[in-house]
Amino acid sequence: MTYPDAPRQTITYDTHPERYKHWRLNCDGAVATLHLDIDEDGGIKPGYKLKLNSYDLGVDIELYDALQRIRFEHPEVRSVVVTSAKDRIFCSGANIFMLGVSTHAWKVNFCKFTNETRNGIEDSSRHSGLKFIAACNGTTAGGGYELALACDEIILIDDRSSAVSLPEVPLLGVLPGTGGLTRVTDKRHVRRDHADMFCTLTEGVRAQRAKEWRLIDDYAKPQQFAEKVQQRAAQLAALSDRPADAKGVALPALKRMIDEAGYHYETVDVIIDRKTRRATLTVAAPSAAVADSIDGIVAAGSSWWPLLMARELDDAILMLRTNDLEIGTWVIKTSGNAQHVLDADAALAKHAQHWFVREVTGMLRRTLARLDVTSRTLIALVERDTCFVGTLAELLLAADRGYMLSLPDDEQAEAKITLSEMNFGSYPMVNGQYRIAARFYGEEAPIAAAKAAIGKPQGAAAMLELGLVTATPDDLDWEDEIRLVLEERASLSPDALTAMEANLRFGPGETMETRVFGRLSAWQNWIFIRPNAVGEAGALKVFGSGNKAKFNWERV
Amino acid sequence: MSIDYNQKIPNNVNLSENKTLQRALEHWQPEFINWWKDMGPDDSQNFDVYLRTAVSVDPGGWAHFDYVKMPDYRWGIFLNPAEAERKVNFGAHKGEAAWQEVPGEYRSNLRRLIVTQGDTEPASVEQQRHLGLTCPSLYDMRNLFQVNVEEGRHLWAMVYLLHAYFGRDGREEAEALLERRSGDADNPRILGAFNESTPDWLSFFMFTYFTDRDGKYQLCSLAESGFDPLARTCKFMLTEEAHHMFVGESGVGRVIQRTCEVMNQLKTDDVAKIRAQGVIDLPTIQRYLNFHFSVTMDLFGADVSSNAATFYNTGLKGRYEETKQDDDHQLSDASYPVLEVGDGKLLTVQAPYLNALNERLRDDYVRDAVAGIERWNKVIQKAGIPFILSAPHKAFNRKIGPLSAAKISPAGKVLSEAEWTHHHLQWLPSIEDRAFVSSLMGRVAEPGKYANWIAPPARGINNQPIDFEYVRFN
Repeated sequence: MTYPDAPRQTITYDTHPERYKHWRLNCDGAVATLHLDIDEDGGIKPGYKLKLNSYDLGVDIELYDALQRIRFEHPEVRSVVVTSAKDRIFCSGANIFMLGVSTHAWKVNFCKFTNETRNGIEDSSRHSGLKFIAACNGTTAGGGYELALACDEIILIDDRSSAVSLPEVPLLGVLPGTGGLTRVTDKRHVRRDHADMFCTLTEGVRAQRAKEWRLIDDYAKPQQFAEKVQQRAAQLAALSDRPADAKGVALPALKRMIDEAGYHYETVDVIIDRKTRRATLTVAAPSAAVADSIDGIVAAGSSWWPLLMARELDDAILMLRTNDLEIGTWVIKTSGNAQHVLDADAALAKHAQHWFVREVTGMLRRTLARLDVTSRTLIALVERDTCFVGTLAELLLAADRGYMLSLPDDEQAEAKITLSEMNFGSYPMVNGQYRIAARFYGEEAPIAAAKAAIGKPQGAAAMLELGLVTATPDDLDWEDEIRLVLEERASLSPDALTAMEANLRFGPGETMETRVFGRLSAWQNWIFIRPNAVGEAGALKVFGSGNKAKFNWERV
Repeated sequence: MSIDYNQKIPNNVNLSENKTLQRALEHWQPEFINWWKDMGPDDSQNFDVYLRTAVSVDPGGWAHFDYVKMPDYRWGIFLNPAEAERKVNFGAHKGEAAWQEVPGEYRSNLRRLIVTQGDTEPASVEQQRHLGLTCPSLYDMRNLFQVNVEEGRHLWAMVYLLHAYFGRDGREEAEALLERRSGDADNPRILGAFNESTPDWLSFFMFTYFTDRDGKYQLCSLAESGFDPLARTCKFMLTEEAHHMFVGESGVGRVIQRTCEVMNQLKTDDVAKIRAQGVIDLPTIQRYLNFHFSVTMDLFGADVSSNAATFYNTGLKGRYEETKQDDDHQLSDASYPVLEVGDGKLLTVQAPYLNALNERLRDDYVRDAVAGIERWNKVIQKAGIPFILSAPHKAFNRKIGPLSAAKISPAGKVLSEAEWTHHHLQWLPSIEDRAFVSSLMGRVAEPGKYANWIAPPARGINNQPIDFEYVRFN
């Protein structure tokens, strides 16, 4: 939304532990503790108070930042305790008044980011040896329980009153949409009739039954609670291969400039054309050869190109998603020296076991996955002097369509695309499949053909033959063809496009994550526009007013 | 490859500078010639035909006459000169500058309009390809070939738009225009009427009078388009379309004139006696007229059409003489009368104007078509014969739209199935009628000679005498 008369209110995702309003991060050897201590008056937007450790986007931005700090700045941390600094309350979930005053788009974007952050917790557990324990030291409700569900283990305080609950349906007329419904079944295997009871029970379930129903892993009396948590954290830490003596890599603030034209970083540039509702994202290759020895890579740290590029791209995606709703088409380009990108890929592959390189690969994986679930049309343009090679070829593969310029009279001048090992498994999408495999529905022949092309530069005709680009207009057709494609796309219903793209990007093969982004989010977003939730007498609107929601009783 | 494009392909679209267009045409032009040789006028490739060729859009340039072998005809690409600061004159974009490029949003609808129009052009050449073998005179043979090469040029005009503005999709569509075949059950032309055969010269004259006139009205509507290159292309095509309708009107008129002469000689209106003299009786002409008129009615599309509304509202296709209409040119709240069948009769009901635009164009057409029928009646009147040709009701013999479900007489009366079965052979040509007309067809190819069933024209082409050698056989 743009306000012609007011300056654009740009939300950024920048923060630093020293500036946290809502979290405290303590690192003590192998165990880090994240204390949630939400500042009631610290909402990211005006109009609501964040009571009872309830969160909004600002709280989650800090959580995301803290996770990044643990990943990169604290390699010695092996397990993370997520708990609350408030008495008798762990977390009561997303702030309902915030949801009540938010636009539909804001709610959807907020839920998507919080989902991604929770997926990121599980991603680090799966790939990086970081284990998470939710130490639920009080009421754990709604989004609070969903945060706990994202952790590897949940320990609830058994004080005869604290309970875990998902009260969204009975209390608010919406779903536990930050993975709650999905993780209860897919991850914790709570029997469906128990899940049904649990999800309609406002007051939730206390320790003993919660454990019986698999809603938690364990519980402890208040006197033993801290000790139990620490004990379990230490046990989980012992299983990790994170290094005890490595020096962390600091994550300084990104060098980002925001102006009328867009967002500008060192390796990523975003030019926004508001008239055509289009952003052009250009990702630049390293300007010089990247460090390829471990010492050199660690010394380069946050300026090592794969990490710098991933962080900048990640930030650009979040900025555009949050601030530029009407920019419906993202044109993705690359520029610079392809060999430098391939050299960086070689270093990523060679040192894959090293903790830092592993984290960088994880950052790239999560950033590309963020692109996959972005509700914008993605069109990759492979023109002259581009470098969609190796890791950057993932941008082409993530796009809804890829157009590659062919130069029949001067094939030398054609851009060449070179695949690397990194394109075959390092960057799975949220469906668990890497993009080339997903593109070909796991069929052997086309995947093998693509694999055989590793390391061999491919021109437009070869890329078309391999099925890795959509079309290869030549220099005579290019300009008009691309203009028509983009204009035509921009004229289509944004809602239909969002839904269509989400359906086509994720083919057969569900995972918990795809069920969160597909089934759970789609139903939640439907509920979010229904009068039963957001009408004048809808449950979300009347919450806290003492009035009862008025429902239209038709089942749809 | 170095080709002098301006020599080979007369044009005013700067072809020699436009590499995209050159590349497309280099591929398409040989395929077009192959198509012409396969599907163009039968057994005529080596004739020298006295044809007019458009070499520029100047008044003197679009009608340049000379002998030419048809495969060497210089099919050119011409657009009417641009109108400075032309606007979109109707629909939701009214008042905006006319588009010089295809708006991406409307790419597929525009392409569909152009392809549908373009498909009719080669289709009619295919429909008429055997007629040269039975021409009633060299004059008529030349007219047939003139119509054929100009339909070919109209195909070029539509292909130009596809090539210049629609990229690869456009090139593929341009090739498909050469691949479909009139009357081929597996690979038909797009519109039904263009899959009917044109078996004899009376059908040809009727076709050029009635069906080419539909072409005129479609072109007039497209000449109003907000997409300026389409508008300018269609405007120039209209200058050629006029000749086709002249061939039809004068052709039917000459058939009537000859029949009237024989009737007066014999002093009879007995069909059998008239036919025995080898001329076509007036009731048969009326039945041919009914058939071609009704088939053409269907070409305008469904009476109530959402496509028509979309094409208009998005500025792609206007009304006939859009800018002369005295209304808001947006029509969002206006209505227009259409026909439906209710209570056993035809009723006029009001439809939203935007949805009724096909009907509006059909009505404009009917007014024009009826005027020519009146001129034929003057020929009959002058001969003193008490017979009047008339256009059937526009609901007669319809095959598309809601009216196709009903049986309606030429007078507009709703009939039962039994009544229709009983009467329809009075109204539409029977197999016997067609066989009779066909029996008269035989090539007359000597300068100045005319078949018995048709009168010579009043004057020749381009001020040449009527016994001029319009076609030279080699």
